[in-house]
Amino acid sequence: MTDTLTSPANSTEPVARTYRSHARPAWQRLLLTREVAIIALLVIVCVVAASTVRGFGTPITLRYLLLDVAPILLIALPMTLVIVTGQIDLSVASMVGLSSVLVGTLHAGGLPIPAAGLVALVVGVLGGALNGFLVTVVGLPSLAVTIGTLALYRGIAVGLLGTTAITDFPDFWTDLAQSRIAGGNVPTITIPFLVLAVVFVVLLHFTPFGRGIVAIGLGSEAATFSGIHVNRTKFILFMLTGVVSAFAGIYYTLRFGSARGDNATGLELQVIAAVLLGGVSIFGGRGALHGVIAGVLLIGVLGSALRLANVTSDVINIITGVLLVLSVVSSSFLAWLHRVRARPGRRGGVGTAAG
Amino acid sequence: MTHHTSRRRLGIVAALGLSAALALTGCAGGGNDGGGGEGGGGGGDLSITFLPKNLGNPYFETSDAGGESAIEEFGGTYSEVGPSEATPDAQVSYINTLTQQAVGGIVIAANDPTAVCDALTEARDNGAAVVTFDSDTDPECRDVFVNQADAEGIAQAQVDLIAEQIGDEGQVAILSATANATNQNAWIELMEQEIADNHPNIELVDTVYGDDDDQTSFDRTAALLQTYPDLAGIISPTTVGIAAAARYLSTSDAKGQVALTGLGTPNQMREYVEDGTVTAFALWNPEDLGYLAAYTAQALINGDITGEEGDEFEAGRLGSYTVGADNTVLLGDPFVFDADNIDDFDF
Repeated sequence: MTDTLTSPANSTEPVARTYRSHARPAWQRLLLTREVAIIALLVIVCVVAASTVRGFGTPITLRYLLLDVAPILLIALPMTLVIVTGQIDLSVASMVGLSSVLVGTLHAGGLPIPAAGLVALVVGVLGGALNGFLVTVVGLPSLAVTIGTLALYRGIAVGLLGTTAITDFPDFWTDLAQSRIAGGNVPTITIPFLVLAVVFVVLLHFTPFGRGIVAIGLGSEAATFSGIHVNRTKFILFMLTGVVSAFAGIYYTLRFGSARGDNATGLELQVIAAVLLGGVSIFGGRGALHGVIAGVLLIGVLGSALRLANVTSDVINIITGVLLVLSVVSSSFLAWLHRVRARPGRRGGVGTAAG
Repeated sequence: MTHHTSRRRLGIVAALGLSAALALTGCAGGGNDGGGGEGGGGGGDLSITFLPKNLGNPYFETSDAGGESAIEEFGGTYSEVGPSEATPDAQVSYINTLTQQAVGGIVIAANDPTAVCDALTEARDNGAAVVTFDSDTDPECRDVFVNQADAEGIAQAQVDLIAEQIGDEGQVAILSATANATNQNAWIELMEQEIADNHPNIELVDTVYGDDDDQTSFDRTAALLQTYPDLAGIISPTTVGIAAAARYLSTSDAKGQVALTGLGTPNQMREYVEDGTVTAFALWNPEDLGYLAAYTAQALINGDITGEEGDEFEAGRLGSYTVGADNTVLLGDPFVFDADNIDDFDF
């Protein structure tokens, strides 16, 4: 019996087992997913925009698009992992602002940019650790904790810099933030993003740590009993969102050449919207990074194309919002449809009729 | 089992189709809008786009309407784009979009003097004339700044108004827009100096920020009156702020006790001037400002001026203007509105 279950390939007659190891063949499991649906939608939107919107099909579009969405792309990576565990981090945009202000004030105080950036990254880790501490050790819900730190970090940022903006950054660094790889149309910021993307994809999808993240999202208690360090995992993830947000803040500062307390206000909602659009369940336990990256790019491409078509920002917000609601509703709707159709009574009936 | 699979697949295909249909209709609608706008340009360079700090702000709606009427006069193509929130990063996306569209001229009220600079420089490299109005950028990032009134004149007018209304003594507070707004901070600094130099009995007790948001400004006004029970007057050098403050004062016990002045538009302030909440306030004519900015862009595009100091150009009904120091064109002195003249204006 155990033999048949563990190694069905060896048994000549798999009578002991009445179900297949997967409900669907491999190509269906790989292609018919929410992630692929979002990627397909992204491709469709790109093709339609390139053929109907004047100016969209130019190489410069790609460059501006990537420069614009880079902070969202970066933060969406660790945010995905946090949301897959069923938690949320709303303080990321405030951390971007705080990091921006730190880079600005420290640079104005005489530190070179790399040193100021390093301090900002350390503060990012500490800020994330504070979130993690309050969630895991004190045991508060992450929604409440990060709403608090959202206000806290933004408050410190605005308090540090007051009403001013620091703008005298060395040309070398501001040029670097906007530079392109080998003079082409892909901005240099893509390189750190790709490196981080590979790291996070491996972390979430190909390590025991990543399996633990998904398990926590599916059931925290079950995960604990199967030997996963639930609190340690969450703590590490909050530190990761903190440090990546701080990095995005450094990029943001140098890209616009301007350190301000109100930099990136509201960015957290764009990040979370993109993550959810990319097929990650807000309840945790489900999600994949390729879908999230496609989700970020989809929102970016839609915005870029609609702006080029002179659509006002309110309409763009409406379209993005409708898309997000539809994506969340459609997944619930499909799940419900699936359940209804899979009810034992109906299933048998349909089966015989079709057979 | 196979039927189960095919149903699942059907569901996913349906979901894909639904999303695709949504995207297609969204984009097709947008495409049509764009086509219409560009058709009018007819390949000419006089396609001028106004990029205000944010959309839905009555002040910029008025100035952009002035720009539109000027552009109609000289036969160009007008359009207006902008973010819904007054942030510099959102403006950068729109400047980039205009660069891609290769418009002839960009008329912008900058949300940050430096953050939009690189984007504007790229737009200029791409052939666009860049005119700033209301809020300037760093001088090297634009061709000409159209100044609504010089900061000294504005600060002077507002301090004169409040001094007159409170009998030149007592506590006053400032209700500003955002803490980073270039023009607001310049005016506040000059007002502080003017009060310190020439009005020894006036004490400036606080500066608060309503973020150019109606509700926030309303709440800040309420907080000011609670914090400073002896407050004699409020100066709000922003159109959103003064209207919200007037709305609060008109329904509170402080009506008539606390003077309110600043920069407001006649249509927003009319009822408060009529009910006695506000005696007088100042502003330039934003419609003229947009009108002048559009003519400045036209003069740049046609090569009539290069933006150098001393360049002269004609601006329709406003007459002749000369580019001053720092490549700046000055609209004129601020204008004071009161119960006697407010009905002559409709903007």
